[in-house]
Amino acid sequence: MIENWQRAGFGIYVHWPFCQAKCPYCDFNSHVAAHIDQDRWLAAYRAEIARWARRCPDRTVSSVFFGGGTPSMMEPRVTAGILDAIAAAWPMSNAPEITLEANPTSVEAERFRGYRNAGVNRVSMGIQALDDGDLKRLGRLHDADEARRAFDTARATFDRCSFDLIYARQDQTLEGWRLELTEALGMAADHLSLYQLTIEPGTAFHARFSQGGLKGLPDEDLSADLYELTQALCEDAGLPAYEVSNHAATEDRSRHNLIYWSGGDYVGIGPGAHGRIGAGSARHATVAPSAPGRWLADVEAGQTIWDDAPLPVHDQYAEYLMMALRITEGAERQRLDELNTNWISSFQDMVENDFIELTEDRVRVTRAGRPVLNGVLRNLLA
Amino acid sequence: MTELSYIRNFSIVAHIDHGKSTLADRLIQLTGTVAERDMKEQLLDAMDIERERGITIKANTVRIEYPAKDGHTYVLNLIDTPGHVDFAYEVSRSMRAVEGSLLVVDASQGVEAQTLANVYTAMEADHEIVPVLNKVDLPAAEPERVREQIEDVIGIEAHDAVQISAKTGLGIPDVLEAIVKRLPPPHSGERDAPLKAMLVDSKYDSYLGVIVIVRIIDGVLRKGDRIRMMKTGGTYDVDDVGVYRPAMTAVEELGPGEIGYLNASIKQVRDTRVGDTITTEKKGTAEALPGFKPSVPVVFCGLFPVDANDFNDMRDAMEKLALNDASFTFEMETSAALGFGFRCGFLGLLHLEVVRDRLEREYDIDLITTAPSVIYHVYQRDGTMSELHNPADMPDPATIDHVEEPRIKATILVPDEYLGDVLKLCQERRGIQMDLTYAGSRAMVVYDLPLNEVVFDFYDRLKSVTKGYASFDYQMIGYRQDFLVKMSVLVNDEPVDALAMMVHRDRAEGRGRAMCEKLKELIPRHMFKIPIQAAIGGRVIARETLSAMRKDVTAKCYGGDASRKRKLLDKQKAGKKKMRQFGKVEIPQEAFINALKMDS
Repeated sequence: MIENWQRAGFGIYVHWPFCQAKCPYCDFNSHVAAHIDQDRWLAAYRAEIARWARRCPDRTVSSVFFGGGTPSMMEPRVTAGILDAIAAAWPMSNAPEITLEANPTSVEAERFRGYRNAGVNRVSMGIQALDDGDLKRLGRLHDADEARRAFDTARATFDRCSFDLIYARQDQTLEGWRLELTEALGMAADHLSLYQLTIEPGTAFHARFSQGGLKGLPDEDLSADLYELTQALCEDAGLPAYEVSNHAATEDRSRHNLIYWSGGDYVGIGPGAHGRIGAGSARHATVAPSAPGRWLADVEAGQTIWDDAPLPVHDQYAEYLMMALRITEGAERQRLDELNTNWISSFQDMVENDFIELTEDRVRVTRAGRPVLNGVLRNLLA
Repeated sequence: MTELSYIRNFSIVAHIDHGKSTLADRLIQLTGTVAERDMKEQLLDAMDIERERGITIKANTVRIEYPAKDGHTYVLNLIDTPGHVDFAYEVSRSMRAVEGSLLVVDASQGVEAQTLANVYTAMEADHEIVPVLNKVDLPAAEPERVREQIEDVIGIEAHDAVQISAKTGLGIPDVLEAIVKRLPPPHSGERDAPLKAMLVDSKYDSYLGVIVIVRIIDGVLRKGDRIRMMKTGGTYDVDDVGVYRPAMTAVEELGPGEIGYLNASIKQVRDTRVGDTITTEKKGTAEALPGFKPSVPVVFCGLFPVDANDFNDMRDAMEKLALNDASFTFEMETSAALGFGFRCGFLGLLHLEVVRDRLEREYDIDLITTAPSVIYHVYQRDGTMSELHNPADMPDPATIDHVEEPRIKATILVPDEYLGDVLKLCQERRGIQMDLTYAGSRAMVVYDLPLNEVVFDFYDRLKSVTKGYASFDYQMIGYRQDFLVKMSVLVNDEPVDALAMMVHRDRAEGRGRAMCEKLKELIPRHMFKIPIQAAIGGRVIARETLSAMRKDVTAKCYGGDASRKRKLLDKQKAGKKKMRQFGKVEIPQEAFINALKMDS
């Protein structure tokens, strides 16, 4: 049997759990701390890297991703120390993709050179909006001009630059988004992540929304129109969608994120980080405790007895479909065969309705299916 | 056995939230009937639903011993009666079992329609009534105004109303003294006469069987007596007699004027009819107490398990509930849309909700409730009449001569600034105004209304147009002919029988349009578009189209999200189980009931 995990690469995700301030829409594992002992954190990351290297030997690292929280709060020497530890633990592929998420503030832009010297070759910046009023409503600490300047610095520093925007915001019109996205496309990023604002449980926005606040969010029809407009503008600019919310030319796609979407293996290092490790036909789901204090204490005490269990095959199947149908390449039929001998019969309805197309070796969501992917998945997994 | 002159039997009449249960708790507490450590709120409301909703469904009784200022110790028997209009008959029987009432009125709110109905029941039972003004400690309290209102609206003396705060305990000793001094002892009672006792209420206990609350009129009831229920004819050996303090406490005997319980290994509450007369099998009384009425359901609806596999559990649960509730009826029903379920009969809407809540909560069964319906009298051309409980059973219109529907007399008390809205609501519901009078700044509106217009959301609408300031009560007044038709609803071109309803012909288009619009909101978008239609016979009278889903995709999904988003999908799949499949369309269970709610 071919071990699928070998096809999609092997990535290391490093989670930095701290932020200057918590954004009201964010449901990621982020915390605000008065003081962070960066040396202590570096030592803990190193210990975890060493442990994972023992657990997953004989792999070649194709990508590293520093996510958060706000990894650009990390001192560049810490980034360097982590990357050195990774390189010492596993062989690296020829041109590994090493991404760091950064906030577009002037303070952080000053550290960009340091990150580059540490080995980072790609940044993903959380610009979120190019409108000062909306940036305030999103709780961001930067304004649009500062973000533009920080992005210029990034572009002059790194080979590859991406940024995020959040759209389908309060009171946003099609015309307003057209102008904003057109400006964004003119900023010469090689990659854009364009997310529709989602009210996630446990966030400040969710609390306000449940109390009847956050008026003026788009209804389903407007958000569908906004999504279609986004596809059209990005295609015209040469940055077609390769995933539900991610846009780039083929050579500029995020290789690290593609590991998630194509069912590859990754190790998660840091508080709350998840991993997926294949071994034979089994696939383990791992997760570290989310609270930074608890994670640090466990690592320092060598007590890393955390969740690490094989995923049942039907969960592997559901997860693979859920992730792989997000990308334009879709899922591999062979892998579906391995996970569910009967998968094709459940696809009939969606294929007949042109939401799914089958090729000789792959299964893809059509252009019509992508904006309703959750509906497609509910149907396929019913 | 207590001498009649030292017995006081009474009930408490109050509107919901005016403090009836709190006052009862204070009386029990102050007399030391319950040890301080055993006190909990609303001692008398035993069911969770009663505590939670602040309503009383079953009559309860408690015996309180009170050493009065005159040096004698009195036995006070409180019967806590249901207060809701659905249980009007049960209330009337409880009232007949006592000689006096405390009329509790919230001094900041004033008299409400429900209070009015119950106080009239008390007056019909020849009660002495002691007005009690509760919550006088609140800044908004207006005891003087409320006192006048009691005199104007109810027509009883209120100058010596007892002023209390049940919450803080203020005035409670005065209430106890008033009970002793101002309420009469039992009017008569012959210890040596044949046993004559009133069956006040009964409840099912899973350990003891049916426990019957009785009021002894004449004679003595003892353990070992063989008793006979005069209406139902059943005979039983009494295993036990006792009183509630409020815990069950066995006693040797219950004598004239006393209130307590008997336990006689009776298996079903159905065998014990409220208002029946209990006597001894031998040498019993010849004369039953007047006023007995079998309770008859007036509102019907279908209850179906969401998961067809729950059907047998549901039947068991209904049988258990019926053990404790003689007025709840059910029979099996098959719906093309909903599969196997039951057509159930209730005393009213509250009763319906209570039974449904108990099935869902105590027995953990998810239910679909179909449109409540009343009993229509359908007269065929051949002269026969049949009762229609379910719109789905409506005969071929060609064979029908005419249809009659039940009408009610509704009494609504409302502050005059909302009067216009109330009149509008009543007119919209095909009401005919019977009376309109003022008491202070409040109007009393009396309407003749079709029960089917009231049975569903009338009370909700009334509360919403009057911001909760109106109170409402009704009684049945009989049947009348009107132009009623069956309206059916089609979803994706398939008729959904559970949504069929009887409507007045002139209102059919409006109802049909509202129903289709409502369903369009309630049914989630599918991957394809869905026509929703209302029809009378083969003629479509309203139509809406539910568009196909256009946008439902998770914006962000990376490695750290995989587990959570997968579980979310699983949860959505589980959510689908709460939906019913009609052809290719899934309809959420709440849609069946919410589709009927009218916004205007």
